[in-house]
This record gives sequence, structure tokens and C-alpha cells, in this order.
Amino acid sequence: MRALKLGVVLMSVAMGASAAEITVSAAASLTNAFKEIGAAYEKEHAGDKVLFNFAASDPLVQQIAKGAPVDVFASADQDAMDKADTLKLLAPASRRNFASNSLVLITPMAATLAIKGIADLQQAGVARVTMGNPASVPVGRYTKHALEQAKLWAAVEPKAIYGASVRQSLDYVARGEVDAGFVYATDAAVMKDKVKVVATVPTETPVSYPIAVIAAGPQAAAGRKFADYVLSSSGQAILAKYGFGRP
Amino acid sequence: MINSFLAEPAWIALRLSLKVACWATLLDLLFGVALGYLLARKRFPGRELLDALLTLPMVMPPTVLGYYLLVVIGRHGVIGAWLQRTFGINLIFTWQAAVIAAAVVAFPLVLKGARAAFETVDTQLEQAARVLGISPFGVFLRVTLPLAWRGVLGGALLAFARSMGEFGATLMVAGSIPGKTQTLSIAVYEAVQAGQDDSANLLVIITSVVCIAVLIAANKLTPNRNPQA
Repeated sequence: MRALKLGVVLMSVAMGASAAEITVSAAASLTNAFKEIGAAYEKEHAGDKVLFNFAASDPLVQQIAKGAPVDVFASADQDAMDKADTLKLLAPASRRNFASNSLVLITPMAATLAIKGIADLQQAGVARVTMGNPASVPVGRYTKHALEQAKLWAAVEPKAIYGASVRQSLDYVARGEVDAGFVYATDAAVMKDKVKVVATVPTETPVSYPIAVIAAGPQAAAGRKFADYVLSSSGQAILAKYGFGRP
Repeated sequence: MINSFLAEPAWIALRLSLKVACWATLLDLLFGVALGYLLARKRFPGRELLDALLTLPMVMPPTVLGYYLLVVIGRHGVIGAWLQRTFGINLIFTWQAAVIAAAVVAFPLVLKGARAAFETVDTQLEQAARVLGISPFGVFLRVTLPLAWRGVLGGALLAFARSMGEFGATLMVAGSIPGKTQTLSIAVYEAVQAGQDDSANLLVIITSVVCIAVLIAANKLTPNRNPQA
């Protein structure tokens, strides 16, 4: 009992000493996995606190470019990270790939239409297909490129309902407001009881996630520790648990 | 030249916003005038409670309204499922859903304006008209409404401006489909998200100009400032 009390006192002293609040802007598809990684990191680094800001990757870049106090940025595609790089937001040599994913076509669990693959989206009965907005959401870009490659973009584009992030698209399908949608395999797994994965969609470029430290971040040093943790075996184990592949 | 100008995404969004705001204001006028008159003239139990309930959309977060609407008019919602079964109508992700969202959010502005305007109309004038043999509905159309129209119209213009600016609830029920449901305010959001500051600039200038024009018109119509004018 006394030891426990001593531990609490020591911990609060430690917190006062080096309390770093690390702000992490991360792609929406990382929501569940990163929350767990954050909690695990906080346990191992007493005193540090990890704050998350989840959204589509491009708006996150825009926020950082406009001066948002962010220490770490994790994006769902290389495009968004390239934009951050072009804007000179990244700490030198801090960019690394840390996970991979795959693009899947999903339908509501109670769907009545027979959708077995992306070619079926041409059917007249399919009225609405949700995907991320290609202008600002990586999953939308992967989807658009995949459909263009399959020569289906012209047929599917008029049916497109753009989501502001992959999780909005997932929600539209789960609620049955659309006939089908494109999300990552890891997102579909979050709502296993409401959506059905009907096909894995081959992408032109592999779905890979880069992470980097933001040069102007107020806690950039602690941010570097967090990025290292994501790439460590503990971080990778949590990502694998949520279905992410090796980088 | 003019044609390519009119095909600009910004003008398509503006036209859609105007269309949505017009329909929403019309709906609000219809219900707002009827209910405003009821609240101003009839005494019945729960009158103030009804007023409070109808004013709720003005103070509730648009996201809460959007969620309510999604639950009610969504494909599995109470009304949405019925519409789907009976008429095969699906409201979500249509411009009509944007009209409903805007109409609900802006409704209190018409209601409050109409109620206040009807309360200031001298009931003796209405009674005189009744004595002269005009039907109750005739009195409403020929005496009450003409005397209250400034307040009603002022409220309607505010509702129009509010409808133009509706964002949260609209995004939730109508989505953001370019050319179909992407209104000005949603187009601004999308442009900023994608880092397209050029189109964002153009869009916010258009929005600001339209809203200022509507507010000036609403101010000119504010009752009692210069009743003889």
C-alpha cells in the first residue's frame, strides 16, 4: 500500500518534471489503432500525453501549413505527405513508412443488390457509391486511380457520394444510405456487423502510410519519440492487431 | 464567354444555394405565417411550449438537427422508410434534403417575425372588417396580413440569409455532390479542405456579397423604424 502511494507521488513528480503534450495529426483510418498506440505510449512514458487530431490527410496538411501546433503527422498516402514536404513542414530525414493497408469495396450488410466486384457498380440498380473526395482524401485518390485503370471511372463518377474522410464513407454504408462504398480493409473491420466486404480492389500504387515529425512542432523532440514508438515492435504489434500490414 | 462563366463551379454552387434558400424560405413562410398567427391570436394550453419547441432549431447545434433529420428522413428513418416504400423516394443526398435542412434551421426566424408582426396589428381593425361582412379568411388576407407584411417579410429575408449560410445539417443529410448538393457554404469547406485557396476566396466573396445584400434589404423592411415610409 505504502509502495503504491510512493509510486503515485513519484509519478506525479515525474509528470511535473517532463510533461510533454504531443499533438499528433493522423489520417482518419488510423483512429482506432493510434488511440491504442497513444495509450500504450503514455504508459511507457509517464508524464507524456498524446493528443490526437483525426481527419482526412489533406485537410491535416492544410491545418499544419496554416500554423496548427502539431508535432507528428501520419498520412494515408504519399501524396499528402509530399504536399507537406513541398511546403517544407517536415523535420529533415524524419519521414518513414510505418504501415500498409488495402482498398476494399463494401456494401451494407442488408444489401439486396448483387454487387460482387467493381464491375457491378455499372449496373443501373446501383445509384450511389461513396468514396473519399479525391481532391482531399487519400482513399478517394486510390479509388479514383483504381477505377480509372479498370476503365470504370466514367460510369461510377456520376454515382459518387464524396465523404470528407474514409470514416464518413464507412458511416454512409453502415447506415445503408448508399449501395456500396470504398474504404480500407481496416475500416471495414471496425464495423464488421454492419458492412460486408465484397472485393479487395487492386490499387495502382500500394496503400502505404508515412509518418513524419513536424519541424515547427512545439514538442518536436517528444514527437520524434512517439514516431519511433509507432515503428517499434510494440507499435507495430498494435497496428497488426487492427489489420494493418508491415510498411 | 458568358456560358463558360456560368459553368464555373462557383456559379453552379451559387445557383444551387439560391434555389435551396428560395424553396426553404417559401416553406418557412407557409408554415411560419400560419403558426405565427396561431401563436399571436389563439389562446390554448401549451402555447408557449409550442413556441419554444418551434424556436429550438435556432439554438440547437446544426449537427444535432442533422442527426435528427438523418434518423427521421434517412432510408431507415421513420418518414424516410415510409417514403421509400410508398413512393420510392429517397431524400438523403438530394437537393430536396438540403431544402428541408435549411427550412428547419431558418424556420424560427420567420415564426418569430410573423408572431411579433401579428401581435402589433390592432384587433379593432379586424373586428371592424368582420362587422362589415368580410369572412374571417378575407379579414386575414385583406386586413391582418397587409398590416403585418413588413415584419413577415423581414423575417423571411433573415430566413433566406440563414438558409444561404446553412452548413452543418445540410452536409449531414445532403452530402457534398458537386453540381447536385454542393451549396456555396459546402463548396467553401471543400475548397479549404483541399487547399484550393483561390476558389475559396471567390466563394467567400460571393457568399458575403449576397448575405450583405439580403441583410440590407431585411433592415429596410424592419417594422416600426419608419412606419410611414
